[in-house]
Amino acid sequence: MLHIKCPYCGMRSQNEFAYGGDANVKRPELNKEVTDKEWDTFVYFRKSPRGKHLELWHHISGCRQWFKVQRDTLTHEIYKTAEIKEDI
Amino acid sequence: MHQEFRLNTIGLINRDKKISFKFNGKKYFGYEGDTLASALIANGVHLVARSFKYHRPRGFFGVGVDEPYAIVQLYRDGETDPNCRATEQELFEGLEAKSVNCWPSVNFDIGAINNFLNKFFPAGFYYKTFMWPKSFWYRIYEPFIRKAAGFGVASVAHDKERYEHKYEYCDLLITGSGPSGLASAYAAAKNGAKIILAEEKPRFGGSLLTSEANIGNESGKEWTQKIITELKEMPNVIVKNRAQVFGYYDHNMLVMSERINDHLAKSKKYSPKQRLWYIRAKEVVISSGSIERPIVFGNNDTPGVVLASAAKEYLKIYGVLVGKKPLIFTNNDSAYETAVEFKKNGISPVVLDTRNNPDSEIISEAKSMGIDIKFSHVVIAAKGYKKVKYAEISKISEDKKSLGKIENISCDCICVSGFWTPTIHLASQSGNKTKFNENIDAFVPGKSKQQETTLGSANGIFSLEETLKTSFEAGYEKSKKITKKDNKISIPQVSEKKHSKHDKFWCVPLPKEKKYKRFLDFQNDVAVSDVELALREGYRSIEHVKRYTTLGMATDQGKTSNLNGLQLVSNIEDKIVPAVGHTTFRPPYTPVTIGTIVGREIGKHSKPTRKSPIHSWHEKNNAVFVDAGVWLRPRYYKRGEENLFEASKREAENVRKNVGVCDVTTLGKIDIKGPDAAEFLNRVYTNAWLKLPIGKARYGVMLREDGIVMDDGTTTRISENHYHMTTTTAQAANVLSHLEYYLQIVWPELNVNVVSTTEQWAGAAIAGPKSRSLLQKLFPGTDVSNEGLPFMGYIEGNLFGVHARIFRISFSGELAYEVNVESDNGNFMWEKIIEIGTEFSIQPYGTEALSTLRIEMGHVAGSELDGRTIPYDNGLQGLVSKKKDFIGKRSLNRKAFIEENRQKVVGVVPLDKKTSIPEGSHLVRDSKAKLPNPKLGHISASCWSVEYNNPFSLAILKDGKNMIGQKLFAMCPLKNKTIAVEIVSSHYVDPKGERVRS
Ligand SMILES: [Zn+2]
Repeated sequence: MLHIKCPYCGMRSQNEFAYGGDANVKRPELNKEVTDKEWDTFVYFRKSPRGKHLELWHHISGCRQWFKVQRDTLTHEIYKTAEIKEDI
Repeated sequence: MHQEFRLNTIGLINRDKKISFKFNGKKYFGYEGDTLASALIANGVHLVARSFKYHRPRGFFGVGVDEPYAIVQLYRDGETDPNCRATEQELFEGLEAKSVNCWPSVNFDIGAINNFLNKFFPAGFYYKTFMWPKSFWYRIYEPFIRKAAGFGVASVAHDKERYEHKYEYCDLLITGSGPSGLASAYAAAKNGAKIILAEEKPRFGGSLLTSEANIGNESGKEWTQKIITELKEMPNVIVKNRAQVFGYYDHNMLVMSERINDHLAKSKKYSPKQRLWYIRAKEVVISSGSIERPIVFGNNDTPGVVLASAAKEYLKIYGVLVGKKPLIFTNNDSAYETAVEFKKNGISPVVLDTRNNPDSEIISEAKSMGIDIKFSHVVIAAKGYKKVKYAEISKISEDKKSLGKIENISCDCICVSGFWTPTIHLASQSGNKTKFNENIDAFVPGKSKQQETTLGSANGIFSLEETLKTSFEAGYEKSKKITKKDNKISIPQVSEKKHSKHDKFWCVPLPKEKKYKRFLDFQNDVAVSDVELALREGYRSIEHVKRYTTLGMATDQGKTSNLNGLQLVSNIEDKIVPAVGHTTFRPPYTPVTIGTIVGREIGKHSKPTRKSPIHSWHEKNNAVFVDAGVWLRPRYYKRGEENLFEASKREAENVRKNVGVCDVTTLGKIDIKGPDAAEFLNRVYTNAWLKLPIGKARYGVMLREDGIVMDDGTTTRISENHYHMTTTTAQAANVLSHLEYYLQIVWPELNVNVVSTTEQWAGAAIAGPKSRSLLQKLFPGTDVSNEGLPFMGYIEGNLFGVHARIFRISFSGELAYEVNVESDNGNFMWEKIIEIGTEFSIQPYGTEALSTLRIEMGHVAGSELDGRTIPYDNGLQGLVSKKKDFIGKRSLNRKAFIEENRQKVVGVVPLDKKTSIPEGSHLVRDSKAKLPNPKLGHISASCWSVEYNNPFSLAILKDGKNMIGQKLFAMCPLKNKTIAVEIVSSHYVDPKGERVRS
């Protein structure tokens, strides 16, 4: 079970969190014309890297804040966690 | 009663306390401090099991977790447990155990015929034989194999014992209380670290308990006692015996099973039988020691063949002799300790050493005691069926390839030692890539992967002096890093005998004429010949050889067999062992009971049960409940002998005719506040929200980004910047996470806050033509007329002193209202509604009637909003704004979503107006068509229409728009039903929606 540092609550066990997918995904702006391809890329296509990955987690059984986690998908090492507004 | 193999003086057992027990129905006694194994051996019982495949007689081989044979069915306090190792089970008064894997008895086992037919049971036997003919598998092969195999029978009765889970955090977790564990624990504890010291056995000390070495001027046992006593008194230390750390997971999370009451005849009151610990440790010391491995020779599974270290432990801890005429067969010095111990207790062993004239202190001691030692000798085979009677031995050449003349030597046990295998399971589980150590012919942990260090013999260090030195240092260094303190303990002097180098020899070659089986894996009956066969058949990877032969796949995980199996593969393949590599070690290190894993999460506690504040009223009024997610909701209220169908029909009819009340507390409720709340709702829902007036509700549909409907519900504007959103019961949690995602990540510029208020409000839906009259009486001071409270209107009222929110919304399709009060007042509200509603013939209605009402009105719900449908499919396209953007909108333009003949919700009526259509039935054009019959759609929900008094269903049907009036068939192969149906509008009752506005 992973040990994750919520930027708001500190170190907590994985069972308090929900995984939220790739943090690099950017939703196209509202009311902006987008091609089918652009839209499909946003909705369906995700990279599955081996190694460093920037992802979203939700402290669902805690403060209910979404935040960023930089994690190694191979070793599960967590390099850094940060608030959404921070850059990693 | 005399115990023939028990000595009078030696051992750590309490001879003042006799304990009686039964094995295979026969009564014996042992002493407090015995294990079942030591007590049986003391009584001369060596035959305890039959082997897995060939049903050969089996005795005891080890003395602890490594035991491959002595697995028994245990009976304790009215319960029974399979797969208990007799070597680990402590004796308690009244213990009963039985042999497993033998029928009709361990002495006469019908399956033993397999031993004589063993040509038919080679490696891969199950793969090859039982695969054909396929039809035989379930009827013949499987029942036979199941009866003949296995290590006991799981109880089917409810387990009355309690099991617990516990979370713990520490600076340092130490797994094993041998010399390395004690030294590192002591050094770390003295330096202020918070530590947990876990010992799998009842007694602390590990090898120190049977060692002749001295630490300072104390024996290993005395030193252990001193350290443990001091550790137990320290506030920063948790010391646990009978506690096995069996799993090493990510981020230094380890799992430990503690056997709290297994050694007692009955669990103490309010005390769990076993406890599972989740331990998050900053640093881990793996001090799990090592396990002796055997040398492989002919018939090496005969009862009486034991590990030399086990023989020593039986002697020194339990005062028990594994035999009175021991033959000791070794390739190293450690077995001489066993020989010396026998000799000290008046037994004269014969030692066969594979080495040519080695020299060391312990060998000199053995020689000076007059022990008969034969160098360059090996055991070719053990002889005797149910117990060793004699051994065939011979000289062996220097290159270990040719044997001399075979001699017979009389003996009643063979104590074998093929050197030591470090217990690297936990290190391997931590992700540590192990490496092969040529000096000890075994794998040891490599570079640390997590925050773990392996010490002592688990790390291949067999000298006590070096172990203590490195362990004291490791405990100090690790704790210093965490506590920043600097209290260093001086390392005590050690006096121990130095050992000479072991011999790499591990398997005795057989003379050509001898066809003895030489076992590698004792628990799964895997012999040298099986592995040879697997390699001849082309298996190369050790992982494949393992699965094909089942080598190391038994419940002991090959603790005594892995390395010899690797040796064999590397010999045949002419590779070195590290090139072959070992198979993966996986948790658990030893079997763990299902009870321990499950803990308290059984029965009702397996998931939380949520009840509405009105629950006890429902119970008192004969509600029959149904699970709705984690909620319990009344399905119907039973009157007299009514069944589900009759009761729900009555309840639904009463709503259509008079008035009904339904507990809707379980609906998800989300409070939404902030100046940008309207803008946020406008982006979340498909329809327009910017112009909703205060005091008005609106129905909304929300999508996922892929265009699929996520949820629906009404949201009400309570005040300028305050909205009250409702969600379906099932989607409540998902919707909240969804809203938080968009507010926190996608549109952080919106000033909006959301919070769940599901549990803050109790809700009652009042539905039916008489609902307004009832509402008027409930809120006499409030104008609830059609003008004062129009359809989709909202007001607040005073319910006999209780503040209430009143929404004019309808799920049933009737004139209807929903009243919300604070949860604590829920029951009060409900009782008032029932009390005052009596004059209007009110009846409570459950989820079944609720379903009926919504289905015949054609309101879509969870079975249509099934995660595969878009607004159009559900007839909700009118709610999709063309002007504004919202979540998922862009997806609705995708090609498949705008196809002309898309699926759509329709109504379905059986032509005979009698036969109910099972939910899930497929709709097809031709009921006799060749299979696979093309499916046009499926029945999503069915009810008995109370309006028309005939069955009615909703279906999701291809090109539904153009199918109204068509005749199709609903086919349900599960129930073997084919029903002729007509497709109608999904709005079966009141299609213009006049009632809700009346
Ligand atoms: Zn948090």
